[in-house]
Amino acid sequence: MSEQKLPLLKVKDLHVYYGAIHAIKGISLEVFEGEIVTLIGANGAGKSTTLNTIAGLLKPRQGSIVLDGVPVGGTSASKMIYKGLALCPEGRRVFQQMTVKENLEMGAYSRPNSEIEDSLADVFARFPRLKEREKQIAGTLSGGEQQMLAMGRALMSKPKLLMLDEPSMGLAPILVDQIFEIIQELHASGATILLVEQNAQMALSVADRAYVLETGAISISGTASSLLHDDKVRKAYLGN
Amino acid sequence: MIFLSNLVNGISLGSIYAIIALGYTMVYGIAKMLNFAHGDVIMVGAYIAFCALQYWNLPPVLALIVAMLVCTALGITIEGLAYRPLRQAASLAVLITAIGMSYLLQNLALLIWGPNPKSFPATTMMALPTFSLFGGKLNISGVTLVAILANIVIMLVLTTFISRTKVGKAMRCVSEDRGAAELMGINVNRTISTTFAIGSALAAVAGILLCSAYPTLMPTTGSMPGIKAFTAAVFGGIGSIPGAMIGGILLGVIEILGKAYISTELGDAIVFAVLIIVLLFRPTGLLGKPIREKV
Ligand SMILES: Nc1ncnc2c1ncn2[C@@H]1O[C@H](COP(=O)(O)OP(=O)(O)OP(=O)(O)O)[C@@H](O)[C@H]1O
Ligand SMILES: [Mg+2]
Repeated sequence: MSEQKLPLLKVKDLHVYYGAIHAIKGISLEVFEGEIVTLIGANGAGKSTTLNTIAGLLKPRQGSIVLDGVPVGGTSASKMIYKGLALCPEGRRVFQQMTVKENLEMGAYSRPNSEIEDSLADVFARFPRLKEREKQIAGTLSGGEQQMLAMGRALMSKPKLLMLDEPSMGLAPILVDQIFEIIQELHASGATILLVEQNAQMALSVADRAYVLETGAISISGTASSLLHDDKVRKAYLGN
Repeated sequence: MIFLSNLVNGISLGSIYAIIALGYTMVYGIAKMLNFAHGDVIMVGAYIAFCALQYWNLPPVLALIVAMLVCTALGITIEGLAYRPLRQAASLAVLITAIGMSYLLQNLALLIWGPNPKSFPATTMMALPTFSLFGGKLNISGVTLVAILANIVIMLVLTTFISRTKVGKAMRCVSEDRGAAELMGINVNRTISTTFAIGSALAAVAGILLCSAYPTLMPTTGSMPGIKAFTAAVFGGIGSIPGAMIGGILLGVIEILGKAYISTELGDAIVFAVLIIVLLFRPTGLLGKPIREKV
């Protein structure tokens, strides 16, 4: 995080539209290697739109996205994973009719077959639960298990940058804790993560830095701990 | 014994419907569209095989291969030129384009091969003996058996392909969730193109089987079998590969038995009546999955 180091991800003045709706109005953000950066904000603030645009699912109207020194703005989603970016999308979106193992294998679609076994062992070590349910059809997993599968699937590509869109959504508190523990473990093992959350308390407690998104623009940014103690943030997002 | 003979013929005709239905069902499952031009690809395949046998004097195996190659190329071209630009368009626009494509193919065939029916050289294509069983009481033609066998082999190969290979798995991903498939690095356009290629190659096989069994070839030859195979796909549960097989065979059996025991004229009407009844009770078809709400 030193000044001279280049960011792994650098987004500058990003504008995204849905037809006539101006959803993202000039966002700039940076993620450095080894960091967890969180993007928090209310419903409809544009968090998913931002991640989906970085992942290539949506095309920006204006602005630049640079990943590891390479401009990637406008690159299609199917190519982004080859550039080292994986998105674990909102709502998990695991392949319901495939088995757990097949889902994980699809996560490594972008990598040579010879490396799949290796990634699979890593993911199973991190998520023993998935190993137990290897042959189960993903649609029959519980919500928490599906979230683990979605995260495991994203990790299968060994991304330089992992983007997580509301991993705690719809989960019981104990599972939320578990998911955040896993995020911290990933952080400890050197992963770089851009985390979108509505659960601001949890997100700020694991992140290094944070951006607050309000109707398509960044209103506050800084270190996670400074935001945790910021009055405006506390009032609006932490409920006190 | 006559019943048994009708049953075998029904299964055989149904096998041809099943092979055609695969094209509808795979394209529907993966590209989420009804390719109404699929029936006409059958006709093109049959004409190519006809030319290969009649004019170019190719052996039957080569005729089959040439017809499959031409149809594969045709399927990829149709998808790329007509359907791909409409990927984000309303499904009605895609449907109308598909119907237009169907007429285009029929009219091109009319232009190239003329309106007069051609007699498909069925005996050259399949120089097979008729099998007599039960002391000549049950006679089964070679084509009948080939159609049934071809269907079984195609189903087995296709099911294995879809469940085991990387391309097959990519197809299942695109079928389930196009966006998530893209996030895995799957090229959705290429996957859809591959699906059209497979469906169209199978259409060529079906066209040759059809014209070997009923050797009259016209530019409209593909429409009725196309509509029936589509019916079979819906009957079995559109999007489902085993559904296409079961739907196709049932449809063929119902058609032949209906014609034999109820009314020759009403044979086709009976087929569609059964479809309507099935859909009333099972709107997603026999093996179709209940419609899930997308979150
Ligand atoms: N497909 C779409 N078409 C039109 N507008 C959209 C579409 N998707 C999102 N929007 C709009 O864009 C804005 C940002 O939505 P987005 O999904 O990015 O919000 P979010 O911050 O992820 O919200 P949440 O916390 O509820 O997931 C919202 O006003 C939303 O209504
Ligand atoms: Mg969202």
